[in-house]
Amino acid sequence: MQLTVNGQNYNVDVEDDMPLLWVLRDELGITGPKYGCGIAMCGACTVHIDGQAMRSCSVPAGQVDGSEVTTIEGLGSPEALHAVQAAWIEEQVAQCGYCQSGQIMAAAAFLSINPEPTDSDIDQAMSANLCRCGTYPRIRAAVKNAAAKLQGV
Amino acid sequence: MGVVKIARRTFLIGTVAVAGGVAFGYYQYRRPLPNPLLDSLGTGEAAITPYVKIDANGVTLITPRADKGQGAYSIQAYLLAEELDVDPLNVNLSVGVPSKAYYNSRVMDEAFPFAATDDSAVANTVRGAGDVVTRMMGMQMTGGSSTVPDGYEKLRHAGAVARETLKEAAAVKTGVRRSQLTTEDAHVILPDGTRLSYTELAPIAAQTEPVTDVVLREPGQWRYLGKEIQRTDIVGKSTGREKYGIDVSMDNMLFATVRANPGFGGDMRGYDASAAEAMRGVKKIVPVTSGVGVVADNTWRAFRAAEAIEIDWGPGPYPATSAEMWDVLDAHIDEAYQDHRNKNVGDVETPLARGQEAVEAEYRLPYLAHAPLEPMNATVLLEDDRIDIWTGTQIPRFIENHVATLTGLAHDNIHIHVQPMGGSFGHRLEDTYVLQAVEIAKAMKGTPIKMTWSREEDMTHDYPRPMALAKARGKVKPGAVEACDLDIVCQSIATSWFGRLKAAPPGPDQTISTGAWDQPYDIPNYRVTGYRAPEMVPVSSWRSVAASGNGFIHEGFLDELIHAAGADPLEERIRLCNHNVSRKVLEAVGDMCSWSGFSLGENRGRGVAFVISFGVPVAEVVDVTDTPEGIRIDRVYVACDVGRVLDPINLEAQVTGGVIFGLGHAMNCELTYEDYAPQQTNYHAYEAMRLYQAPEIEVRALENLDQIRGIGEPGVPPAAPALANAIFAATGKRIRELPLNKQIQFV
Repeated sequence: MQLTVNGQNYNVDVEDDMPLLWVLRDELGITGPKYGCGIAMCGACTVHIDGQAMRSCSVPAGQVDGSEVTTIEGLGSPEALHAVQAAWIEEQVAQCGYCQSGQIMAAAAFLSINPEPTDSDIDQAMSANLCRCGTYPRIRAAVKNAAAKLQGV
Repeated sequence: MGVVKIARRTFLIGTVAVAGGVAFGYYQYRRPLPNPLLDSLGTGEAAITPYVKIDANGVTLITPRADKGQGAYSIQAYLLAEELDVDPLNVNLSVGVPSKAYYNSRVMDEAFPFAATDDSAVANTVRGAGDVVTRMMGMQMTGGSSTVPDGYEKLRHAGAVARETLKEAAAVKTGVRRSQLTTEDAHVILPDGTRLSYTELAPIAAQTEPVTDVVLREPGQWRYLGKEIQRTDIVGKSTGREKYGIDVSMDNMLFATVRANPGFGGDMRGYDASAAEAMRGVKKIVPVTSGVGVVADNTWRAFRAAEAIEIDWGPGPYPATSAEMWDVLDAHIDEAYQDHRNKNVGDVETPLARGQEAVEAEYRLPYLAHAPLEPMNATVLLEDDRIDIWTGTQIPRFIENHVATLTGLAHDNIHIHVQPMGGSFGHRLEDTYVLQAVEIAKAMKGTPIKMTWSREEDMTHDYPRPMALAKARGKVKPGAVEACDLDIVCQSIATSWFGRLKAAPPGPDQTISTGAWDQPYDIPNYRVTGYRAPEMVPVSSWRSVAASGNGFIHEGFLDELIHAAGADPLEERIRLCNHNVSRKVLEAVGDMCSWSGFSLGENRGRGVAFVISFGVPVAEVVDVTDTPEGIRIDRVYVACDVGRVLDPINLEAQVTGGVIFGLGHAMNCELTYEDYAPQQTNYHAYEAMRLYQAPEIEVRALENLDQIRGIGEPGVPPAAPALANAIFAATGKRIRELPLNKQIQFV
């Protein structure tokens, strides 16, 4: 099947029901999206599919045929940071960091549809992503920081 | 050229030449100490443990204590850089290779029968013995909130020696006296402003006697330490570039997983893999200890094939259900099973026997999984004469020993490459997953195998925190706590964990009651007794180890006594406190939340708890609201004392993370057993805290302690009791069993 990931086209030969996560990680070597639970409970595998935040562990590859997939690697790079990544660095959010690819992808998609979120909007949008280290207060701060950056404040 | 000195002290610095440069580090003890372990050491080069390497590739800081998210790599780099005068964000960082010489002299601190507040000569002598023991065992281990206490002097010293030796090299090269030289940003600066890079001086430094009579800089001179510094791994972790063990990749690598008996340690009687063998991508089915490994060309295919294997499991080596396990604990809270009584002050029996009723309570704590978000994994390549292992671990040297036994390979041929960890909380003090991967690799010689546990495999083989039962009795008089008697029973973490290392210590395991017996209170009649239950589910250290559970018991019951006495929960703790530094911590948290005379208002409650663990006193105040939908945690105030704050941003992160870890598990987490297996197999049933539930957390770090301490764990223990005490204040409901959501809902 045809996949477009971070602007690059790939031809992969996998079962239709292989989760996108394992296509990315084990077939394409794109390891930013993480495996945490496999049942869409933790959000560590969050990517954008046609701009929307999705749990790649629970999206069958067959459904993504022809879609545009963006992973954390495609959102920005250390040399050209996305505003959300820059905010995450400024607030020094990460501890172990394992969930943060997913947190950042969730935040970026959320801010693209809700550029001026209230505190309760942030709480709602970001609560589906689990962090075992307990970085939640800084995630809140980083989402606000990123919203301001994206607004050019 | 190694410069081998012989001395008794551990601060023994040397240099060795490396290709195109020099490495600075410590020698291990050698003669004249009668140390058979070290007689086997090789040449000077083998004996040196580098912390700073300078060659054609530039300056490399080597940070051997592993990073599971707590910021260990970063603080080790800053400790070296502070004296070396380099910018840790602009030099190379390496975690080095496992070596006996990277022993951790402080990781055993909590294993001795002296409270952290005990400054007696006997206590300090025995703690000194811990240094020798850990060195003999080559205890290169990360844990016990010990990275900073262990490295604070050592790493700055290594940085200073490297700097002065580079200056000496510059003196040799230019003829200018060393005392006239300065250093800045990886350069030696001559009086005329000429800059000589460390890289160009390195080959000369390698031929120079190391300058070891260095004086460490005073904190007032520090550039990085104590300031707001940037974690060295923050950019990688914010851009998806950080590579964890699970991200290891190499040519021709295959993917694997394991299904082992969910009755942890039970046998596999037999299996039928015929359906799995026929599945796409499956390369090999390999029996491993207690289970089966599957090798495939994709992790998901391995997961699916593993599920398709029909396996006949033997029973687990412990009671089949939680109910039966509680019966075991109940039966062992008895004189016949007394393990130790580390606290026995005054006479608890007399006041308890006297007249009026005693306060009595029973506390229960469940098994708790570590459940770090990165599941256990290891990548192994076994070849004819060597094995390479890439994995996140806190115990590389122990893995080396186990792998030597498992493969018959000599230690020199076992190469462990420690990877950054996506959390651990103590789970990576175990190596079952690594040994399984090695068993699979033995059947796949020459092919690298990346073995990953499914979340379900991870949850069922977690080596959880032990369940515990406590019976408490106490007596009060108006306004004051008079007697407190705690009986605590659980299985021994030390017996279980050291048993797996084939080094089970004889004698009592005081961690059964640590966090309760060692608290700094002068209760006139005060007794804490630990009882040993037999081994059940294999258990291990869970972030803050014994203090996490015993803190809940001790601080919950103390709160009950204070309430019964009609005293103020904070004021009475302060009155009872016999340790100045701890008292100031209690006073600070009272100040932060305006404890005195402050009213929260309708349906709200405030609870306080204090626990000293790993030598760090921590007081927490939790504010909750009893809403119609359940308890909402509004705010947490934390005061702590680590002696000296080296990285204020990370300290705040570790404390807030510890609070959330403590609160979340207290709210809704437990492992319960049915048919030998934990019933909670994924995060849907083991959720802890979500972002919308996270309170605002305010942290104040004091610096009154006379020695520096680590903060990765001590924020955890007071959180659960402070929450339960707050719920009591808001609702009048005293909850003595975790998780709290058995009896109350949270919003």
